[in-house]
Amino acid sequence: MRLLASSLTCVRGGREVFSGLSFELAAGQLLAVTGRNGSGKTSLLRLIAGLLPQAAGSLALEGGDAELTLGEQAHYLGHRDALKPALSVLENLTFWRDFLGGEAFDAPESLAAVGLTHAAHLPAAYLSAGQRRRLSLARLLTVRRPVWLLDEPTNALDTSGQDMVAGLMREHLARGGLIVAATHAPLGLAARELRIGGAP
Amino acid sequence: MTALAALIRRDIRIALRVGGGALIGVLFFLTVVVLMPFAVGPDLALLTRLGPAILWLGALLASLLTLDRLFMADHEDGSLDLIVMGRVPLELACAGKALAHWLAAGLPLVVATPVLGLLLNLDLLATAAVALTLLAGTPALTFTGMIGAALAVTLHRGGLLLAVLVLPLSIPVLIFGVAASEAAIAGPLSFGAPFSILCALSLVSFVVGPFAAAASLRHGLD
Repeated sequence: MRLLASSLTCVRGGREVFSGLSFELAAGQLLAVTGRNGSGKTSLLRLIAGLLPQAAGSLALEGGDAELTLGEQAHYLGHRDALKPALSVLENLTFWRDFLGGEAFDAPESLAAVGLTHAAHLPAAYLSAGQRRRLSLARLLTVRRPVWLLDEPTNALDTSGQDMVAGLMREHLARGGLIVAATHAPLGLAARELRIGGAP
Repeated sequence: MTALAALIRRDIRIALRVGGGALIGVLFFLTVVVLMPFAVGPDLALLTRLGPAILWLGALLASLLTLDRLFMADHEDGSLDLIVMGRVPLELACAGKALAHWLAAGLPLVVATPVLGLLLNLDLLATAAVALTLLAGTPALTFTGMIGAALAVTLHRGGLLLAVLVLPLSIPVLIFGVAASEAAIAGPLSFGAPFSILCALSLVSFVVGPFAAAASLRHGLD
């Protein structure tokens, strides 16, 4: 499985965010997207996810399911955690498991993997920023998708949380998955780097 | 199918929990209708004549009140991105969300109508007629209102815009809803004709609403 992007251009609100961006990512590889604030890291991830229109260029997942779009085969972990404060931790996770249609991992097992078992029945409103992040990471485990698009995955996490993210990413890559991660901090894994917007 | 059912279940569950908004609509409906006899005065004949119109207006405003949260809440916490990306077609997801909204916020209005009919001096037949027209007509309010909710989703404080966008679309529903109720109470028109048009409006909105909402959501996400 390979993710091929050639001369991608993103235009938002009449302004060109980036243009002529090309990269190639094979199964088991991690692409670390770096760049200044506002250089278009998030825009690139959203463009791959299909949440932003492509102004030019092409994007394809070779060896993926031909019936599905790239976005439908990808997990997107954005700045916002996609959690409902009124629902409990477990309810939030089971909803996404059912909606995204997968059962790679049982919901309680995924919670254990991100270290949230003790909070399973707590309303999500009571979680701290780091715990919210852990809960949205659990979503990536309950449903199996070959492509992970991670926007600052280690945001708000403590040191053990950052190690946990590195571990989860390593496992995903070992299973033959692909990861595109926008990041400022080093992820603790061997990664190819894609720099947007030139030197800082 | 499980995905769609999960979405509907989640939305209903959130609406019924504290701060969810299902009760807010019913309480607003109750307030508007209860205040009306105090404003109009103790003229029972007048109240009976105005009754269906008051109930319909109350229901219309109550359903508008919570509609702006339909997509806004999901947009704010990022869930909408995942719903757009998901394997469930967006049109179907929109229809599911509207159905959940109607079950949690529209159906209670219909259930509350018999109680409020007493306050407006409506007899049993008149109350039943109004409740029946509300049952047939409120889905149209939700499904057309959904288009406005989808258009206003990326705007902060889009609630007012929503009202301006949606009210013109809901005028036909209001006209035929009140006409059918009054035909059942006083005649001389038959109940069937305006009621059939009301049902037709609902059916059209079931088809048009999800497609229009999905198109504007896709366009608006940026």
